[in-house]
Amino acid sequence: MSLRIVVTVKYVPDATGDRHFADDLTVDRDDVDGLLSELDEYAVEQALQIAESSDDEVEVTVLTVGPEDAKDALRKALSMGADKAIHVEDDDLHGTDAIGTSLVLAKAIEKAGFDLVVSGMASTDGTAGIVPALVAERLGVAQVTLLSEVAVADGAVSGRRDGDAASERLSAALPAVVSVTDQSGEARYPSFKGIMAAKKKPVQAWDLSDLGIEAGEVGLEGAWTKVEAAAERPARTAGTIVKDEGEGGKQLAEFLAGQKFI
Amino acid sequence: MAEVLVYVDHVDGAVRKPTLELLTLARRLGDPVAVALGAGAGATAGVLAEHGAVKVLTDEAAEYADYLVVPKVEALQAAVAAVSPVAVLVPSSAEGKEVAARLALRITSGIITDAIDVEAGESGPVATQSVFAASFTTRSIVTTGVAVITVKPNSAPVEAAPAAGTVEALTVTFSAQATGTKVTGRTPRESTGRPELTEAAIVVSGGRGVNGAENFAVIEALADSLGAAVGASRAAVDAGWYPHSNQVGQTGKSVSPQLYIASGISGAIQHRAGMQTSKTIVAINKDAEAPIFDLVDYGVVGDLFDVVPALTAEVNTRKG
Ligand SMILES: Cc1cc2nc3c(=O)[nH]c(=O)nc-3n(C[C@H](O)[C@H](O)[C@H](O)COP(=O)(O)OP(=O)(O)OC[C@H]3O[C@@H](n4cnc5c(N)ncnc54)[C@H](O)[C@@H]3O)c2cc1C
Ligand SMILES: Cc1cc2nc3c(=O)[nH]c(=O)nc-3n(C[C@H](O)[C@H](O)[C@H](O)COP(=O)(O)OP(=O)(O)OC[C@H]3O[C@@H](n4cnc5c(N)ncnc54)[C@H](O)[C@@H]3O)c2cc1C
Repeated sequence: MSLRIVVTVKYVPDATGDRHFADDLTVDRDDVDGLLSELDEYAVEQALQIAESSDDEVEVTVLTVGPEDAKDALRKALSMGADKAIHVEDDDLHGTDAIGTSLVLAKAIEKAGFDLVVSGMASTDGTAGIVPALVAERLGVAQVTLLSEVAVADGAVSGRRDGDAASERLSAALPAVVSVTDQSGEARYPSFKGIMAAKKKPVQAWDLSDLGIEAGEVGLEGAWTKVEAAAERPARTAGTIVKDEGEGGKQLAEFLAGQKFI
Repeated sequence: MAEVLVYVDHVDGAVRKPTLELLTLARRLGDPVAVALGAGAGATAGVLAEHGAVKVLTDEAAEYADYLVVPKVEALQAAVAAVSPVAVLVPSSAEGKEVAARLALRITSGIITDAIDVEAGESGPVATQSVFAASFTTRSIVTTGVAVITVKPNSAPVEAAPAAGTVEALTVTFSAQATGTKVTGRTPRESTGRPELTEAAIVVSGGRGVNGAENFAVIEALADSLGAAVGASRAAVDAGWYPHSNQVGQTGKSVSPQLYIASGISGAIQHRAGMQTSKTIVAINKDAEAPIFDLVDYGVVGDLFDVVPALTAEVNTRKG
């Protein structure tokens, strides 16, 4: 038996940088450094752990849909220990929404071949947390998402999902789409050896025609949503800051009373 | 008048506040038709009617609890077919977003997540989002299909608006996919007696500065004096001082209360992502340079173990 795992990883603008929108109301990627979405490191980690704990032959492929620089995200994942990478890059992808992204991911995952897809809980830019569910819908396979614990055995995936009202145990037969939270376990740092090895690992490049997708199905034109306006939030007006010299609690109470909170 | 579907978040018939907020927003777009699923669904009708639901579609099948997400998608799909709504509004919980997304794809519609406001526009509903850790505000529309929009808690007031609230059974036929992911066990979250974190009007949060699980009693005492929910930073959660379900931030809960009080929290971008839309922000931190002070309406530079108990005592005195 063998197990083919595809990990979807997104290349995002650094959250600690100055993120903003370009004139066409898409994310400005030129003015801020990009990196592998931190939450996808957890996905890579869980895929590697599944591979390491399996008696079967396991292949871990990392997949990204993004501009040229998105290769950096793939390199990082490869240096953590993934076996190979797929980069879907095409100028017509600019401005794709979540529905379109899920189309591209699903087509690429099908073309690559898979038993299990592992995704992050959400990207750190769009933060919608819906792409894994959309990919499962498109692939017609089970969705086992937002897991803080995940295991694969006997052709099934199981895990724990901590929801608002309850913590649930889930199980589904493979093939399936999983997403994991940052509670699933610390992601490993790439070792020097891993970084060197990553340079030799294959990165396959596909464009829309390789996936049989028409330009009009994705990108700004193909999006089913449209951003009409984006405005920087006005900076908060400077608040009052006091130093506690024994009266800090009282002064704060005074402020809260003035605002009718007490 | 056009109809608007509202997905009902309830626990055994008790409707959660974000759903009532959605009814307020839905009335701006048309006549709200609520969809309540699972055990106790029928019992939601009274409160939904008081808040404007002209109709309540219910189905109490066991599948909603026994399998993940997809049965709910198929129920909403059936409701869309039955009603032909102009929009579908869903509370922005993790599950709500997944349900909404799969529904959107099935009915060939765009989806907007985490809206903080929804208004009627010339070409359909316009949704406001607060993005990039609340540093930008966007206005978006759905251009294809029926607007499917998930809305964050505390985005609209709860308003009474009595309507018929006629209960109708929704007929749902589940596909093979619906039973793909089995829920094999469920441990309900224990109630603390405090308000729900995402719904609370006041949230009092503690961070690494609280310095120990036992010290969270100081934060809880302040919360109880104000009738507030308790939140925590990831540093406090990772240290095991407070449960993950109380984490505020990018990978925890996103809160938008009237008042947010951060104690011993530095204000990292991932924490701000979950609280920056709070109406009034207060911080207590012994480091005058902590980034959290850039956000505050009122800040106290001081030791939380002095300031917080003093504040709690003062609140209790003023109340009593
Ligand atoms: C601020 C902002 C708001 C947005 N709002 C909306 C909206 O309301 N509706 C909408 O349709 N689109 C929206 N978009 C666009 C949307 O973010 C992109 O389409 C994105 O590619 C997919 O959504 P996400 O990043 O939110 O993914 P999420 O659903 O948060 O991502 C979850 C996981 O999916 C995988 N994944 C996501 N994207 C990729 C990728 N390109 N390559 C590989 N893996 C990936 C990763 O494993 C990731 O961890 C928004 C974008 C931004 C920047
Ligand atoms: C992918 C990712 C996701 C993340 N998601 C989240 C998230 O959802 N939520 C979140 O909170 N973080 C999140 N983080 C972590 C975040 O980056 C910070 O590490 C975290 O918020 C720090 O928590 P803190 O402010 O409690 O601790 P610190 O940054 O260590 O700050 C402690 C503060 O307490 C003050 N202090 C200490 N003692 C006292 C005292 N006696 N009295 C008063 N003040 C005192 C200090 O001056 C300091 O400012 C995430 C990080 C990553 C990479």
